[in-house]
Amino acid sequence: MRIALYRLLAVLLPLALLEILCRDRFITPLTLPAPSQILLGLWAVIEKGTFNAAILKTLTNVGLAFVLSVVVGITTGAAIHRARLLRALLEPLFSTYYAIPIYAFYPLFIVVFGLGDAPQVLIGFMLAVVSMIVSTLAGLDSVPPVLGKTALVLQLGPVETVRSVTLPYAAPYLFTGVKLAVAYAFIGVIGAEFIMSGTGLGYEIRFAYDNLDNNVMYPLILLILLIAITVNMSLDRWEWRLRARRGHG
Amino acid sequence: MDPQSPIHVSLRGVTKVFVSGLGRTHALGPIDIDLRRGEFFAVVGPSGCGKSTLLDVIAALTPPSQGAVTFEGRPIGNTVPDGVGVVFQENACFPWLNVADNITFGLRRQPVDKTEIEQRLQYALQLMGLQDFAHAFPSQLSGGMRQRVCIARTLVMQPRLILLDEPFGALDQQTRLLMGDELLRIWRATGATVLLITHALDEAAMLADRVAVMSARPGRILEVIETGWPRERDSQIVSVPEFGAITARLWTLLRAQSMQALRPEAV
Repeated sequence: MRIALYRLLAVLLPLALLEILCRDRFITPLTLPAPSQILLGLWAVIEKGTFNAAILKTLTNVGLAFVLSVVVGITTGAAIHRARLLRALLEPLFSTYYAIPIYAFYPLFIVVFGLGDAPQVLIGFMLAVVSMIVSTLAGLDSVPPVLGKTALVLQLGPVETVRSVTLPYAAPYLFTGVKLAVAYAFIGVIGAEFIMSGTGLGYEIRFAYDNLDNNVMYPLILLILLIAITVNMSLDRWEWRLRARRGHG
Repeated sequence: MDPQSPIHVSLRGVTKVFVSGLGRTHALGPIDIDLRRGEFFAVVGPSGCGKSTLLDVIAALTPPSQGAVTFEGRPIGNTVPDGVGVVFQENACFPWLNVADNITFGLRRQPVDKTEIEQRLQYALQLMGLQDFAHAFPSQLSGGMRQRVCIARTLVMQPRLILLDEPFGALDQQTRLLMGDELLRIWRATGATVLLITHALDEAAMLADRVAVMSARPGRILEVIETGWPRERDSQIVSVPEFGAITARLWTLLRAQSMQALRPEAV
């Protein structure tokens, strides 16, 4: 209980300090409006519904990128886990993958997929999928051989074994991948909207920035922050319940 | 072969050679044994003699390099035959399922109707003393309780041959004796043939109708000893003089082999 209070204070005290600095004009409103102003701005933005379409678009694209990366990541991970040679071939690629600035290829994606939602979803997907593959591999590596033998004794086929024994055992590892995939999907999609897009939250933030419209820009930044935190906290809670039930996982 | 033949499992000239980058390791055999239908058969041997490999071969978890295994008159292939259950030494519980779901895991994937599953579950829970833990998760149970869950999971499949690979190896001595009693009860209640792999001489001497003693690697059967115990027996048998005599006989046979197994590897 006490720790929860301290945590709350750790967030609220700096905010209060910021509020004072802003109201004192030590920080000018052109740089950063007071936190209370941003919060009120967010309320206004939500009430008016001006950006509902943009919010929906971004969340849909993030959702698409996330779901795709989880499904493709787990399937690919499970397949590669069985193919030793392929794994030996691909593993160095995975470990260097995140050194590649994927945004550099954005113009190429536009040429190939056009200006619709596809390039944004694709960037989110490409960022997220490899972490999902790597987590799946780590999870499947952690499965004790005796569970594989048990599956054989219970006459499970290879697909059924993966579905009902190895993947459930690997669930805590997969969860790490899922959490990373959510983060990467957000980064990928919103980043892509920033650079080249005509819709979405990222685009709206940049548009407001170009027009020095701090009353829109900061509330939208806050909105993204709140969405990301909410999603992450719900996943954490779910993971915690999952682990608690399994003891130490 | 007659399905009611007194020979339930038969091994003829079974060997196992592992081939790896480091060369060939002759792990097992040649081995010839027959398990009689409904008997309790134990295999003891020094560590590394291929006892577990022998079990894997009989369960079709690994193919023999030479020789043949038949179960109920039919040669075994690449998949675990129907009617064979295996209990391993390691904890093989599924940590994400509660005790009841662990036990019925295999059964739910068979064409068995729900009431039948429930009946067999209740029977297994009762037989293994797990009634109060049906909804507990494996992480909440002791090692002995987890092993009971694994045995129960095997029992609900109603196997005619139960293979146990050092099932009590990770348990303390008192728990082992009590689990031995339970194993005897299960054996009598199910009428199944039981093959127990163990390194514990007293366990083999107390539980089995016949005990096969294996040599150091490559494991061969040195001798098969009949214990002559009545079918109705329990762990109190450790106090009769014959128990001491049988255990001593097993140790005499094994002593030289165990010393050989301790010696540094000559590759």
